[in-house]
Amino acid sequence: MDLLGFARGPALKVALAVFCLGVTWRIVGFVLLRIRREFNQPRASILKYLTGGLIAVGSRSWPHKEFIGRTGAGEALGYSYHLGLFAVVLLFGPHIVFLGALAGVTWPGLPSGLITILSVLTLSLFLAVLFRRITNRVMRMLSNFDDYFSWFVTMLVLVTGLAATAHLGAPYETLLGLHILSFDVLLIWFPFGKLMHAFYIFPSRAINGALLARKGATS
Amino acid sequence: MIQKNAALLGDILLNAGISRRSFIKFCTAAASAMALPPGMGLVMAEQLRQAPRPSVVYMSFQECTGCLESLTRSFAPTIESLIFDVISLDYDDTLMAAAGDAAEAARTKAMHDNFGKYVLVVDGSVPTGAGGAYCTAGGRSSVDILREASKGAAAIVCVGTCSAFGGIPFADPNPTDAWPVSAIVGDKPIINVSGCPPIPEVITGTLLQFITTGKVPDLDEHRRPKSFFGTTIHDRCYRRPFYDQGKFAKSFDDEGARNGWCLFELGCKGPTTYNACATIKWNGGTSFPIESGHNCLGCSEPGFWDKGSFYAPLSAPAWGKSGESAPLQILELGAGAAAAGAVLGVAAAGVSRLHQHHSEHSTDITPKGEN
Repeated sequence: MDLLGFARGPALKVALAVFCLGVTWRIVGFVLLRIRREFNQPRASILKYLTGGLIAVGSRSWPHKEFIGRTGAGEALGYSYHLGLFAVVLLFGPHIVFLGALAGVTWPGLPSGLITILSVLTLSLFLAVLFRRITNRVMRMLSNFDDYFSWFVTMLVLVTGLAATAHLGAPYETLLGLHILSFDVLLIWFPFGKLMHAFYIFPSRAINGALLARKGATS
Repeated sequence: MIQKNAALLGDILLNAGISRRSFIKFCTAAASAMALPPGMGLVMAEQLRQAPRPSVVYMSFQECTGCLESLTRSFAPTIESLIFDVISLDYDDTLMAAAGDAAEAARTKAMHDNFGKYVLVVDGSVPTGAGGAYCTAGGRSSVDILREASKGAAAIVCVGTCSAFGGIPFADPNPTDAWPVSAIVGDKPIINVSGCPPIPEVITGTLLQFITTGKVPDLDEHRRPKSFFGTTIHDRCYRRPFYDQGKFAKSFDDEGARNGWCLFELGCKGPTTYNACATIKWNGGTSFPIESGHNCLGCSEPGFWDKGSFYAPLSAPAWGKSGESAPLQILELGAGAAAAGAVLGVAAAGVSRLHQHHSEHSTDITPKGEN
C-alpha cells in the first residue's frame, strides 16, 4: 500500500474513529457535569435566561466597544483566518468530493486558482497569528503546548495542501498522501486539544450569558 | 553494443522503400517525443542507419497479449512498425511462425549468438506459485526461462504493467504468486515501459533510444524513461483548465461531461499517473481515454488494480478490502466510535461528579448539628 492509499484508507478510518469517539466523549462529559446549585434569588425569568444566552453568543463574538482599539486588530486577524480556512476547506472541488463522501451531499465550489490565493492569504494570517502570540507578552504567558500544537497541525494541513496543488518538492501523489495524512493527524488531535473550541465556543458563551442573565446582568 | 547479425539498418530500410528523408522525419518526431534536443533527430537517424540490426528476444509470460496488440495493431503499417520489423526479432512466441522445438531452438540460438548483446523484451508477470507451473513454455517455467534469458541480455525492457510492476496477475489475492521482472532479475539494467497496454510509440521510442545511444535512458524511481513518464497525465491534460476553474463533470452523461469538463470527481487518476497519453495519444495521435470521455484508470502506475475503485475520486476516502468509498461504512464507524465515546463521557462525568461531591464535603464548614 502506498502513502496515498494508507492516508485515505486505514489512517483516515482510524482518525475518524478517534475523532468521533473523542468529540462524543468530551461533549457527553461536559453536558453531564453537575451545574453548581445557585442559592440566590433569580433576577430574571427563564425566558430571559434563554435570550440572555443567545445574546451572549452574538455579543461575545464581536469586540466590545470599549476595548475595540485594543482587541479589534487581533479579532480581525482571528476572524480572517477562520473565514479563509472555511473557504478553503469547504469550497475547493477535491475537498467537496472528500466531504461529500462523508456527508452524502455536495455543493458548488470556487475556482482552484481562487482557492490557491485564499490559501496563501490564510497561511500568511496563520503566521501573523503566531507572530502575535509570540510577541505579545500576555498571550505568550497564556499559551501552552496545546496552543502551539493546535496551530501547527492546522497549518500543516494548509501547507501540505498548497504544496500538493503546486506540485512542490515531491510527486503529486506523495504530497496528496501527506496532505491527507496531516488531516488525519488533525482529526486525531482535535478532540483532545483546543481545536475542540469549535464545539465548545458557542455553548459556553450561551451558558455564561444565561447565568449572567439569571443574576440580572447583561453580557 | 548491438550485435550485427544481418545487414545495416539503413540498407534494410532502403530496401523496404523508406527514404532517408522519411526516416529522418520519423527520428525527429521520436526525438521530439522523448524531449531530446532538436538536433538529436538527425544524429539518431544517421546513427541508426549505420547501426547493425539489433537482436531482440521478446518473451511473453503471464499476460493477455494486449501489449503486443498495442504494438502491432497500428492503424496502417507505420514506419514505427517497420522499425520494429527491421530489428532482428529472433524470438516472439506470439508472432513467430515457428512453434515447438523449432521456436525454442531459435531462442536458444539467438541468445547464444548474441550473448551479452541482445535486448530482452518481457511482456507479462512471472508466476512463481506451484513451482512456476502457472506459466510454462516448452515444459519450462517462466521463472526459469527468464533467469536463463536475462543472463546474456544487454538490458531488459519490460513492456506493460504486468512485467514492470506485476499488473493484474499481481493484484490481490495474487493467486499465482506473480511478480514483476525486477523481483526476479536483479543484476541487469531494467527499463519499465508500463501501461495496460503501453503506448506503441513509447515502446518503440524507448527501444530506439536504447539502440541509438547504447545506454539506458534517464529513468524515474519506477525505472520508467523520464522522457515519456516525466509528467502526469493531469499536467498535460486538455481538460486541466476546467480543473483549475473548478468545473467538474458529475456523471458521464451530464452537461459538464458534454462540455468536456474535468473528470476528477468521476475518479480520474490523471493527477497521480505518469504517462504520455495526453501528449502522444493513441491510434496515431487520434485521442486518449480522457478525450474519449472516460477517466484515466492509472494503468501505468504500480498496483493500479489495488488502489480502490476506478470511479472513486482521488481525494475521497477509500477503505475496506475493495477500497470503495462507502458513506454507510463511515456512518457505521462514526456511530460505533460515538457510542464508545458516549460511554467514556458518562464515566468521565461520573468521576467528575464524584470529585465535586468529595470536594464539597471536604470543604463543608457547616457546624455539626445544624443540618
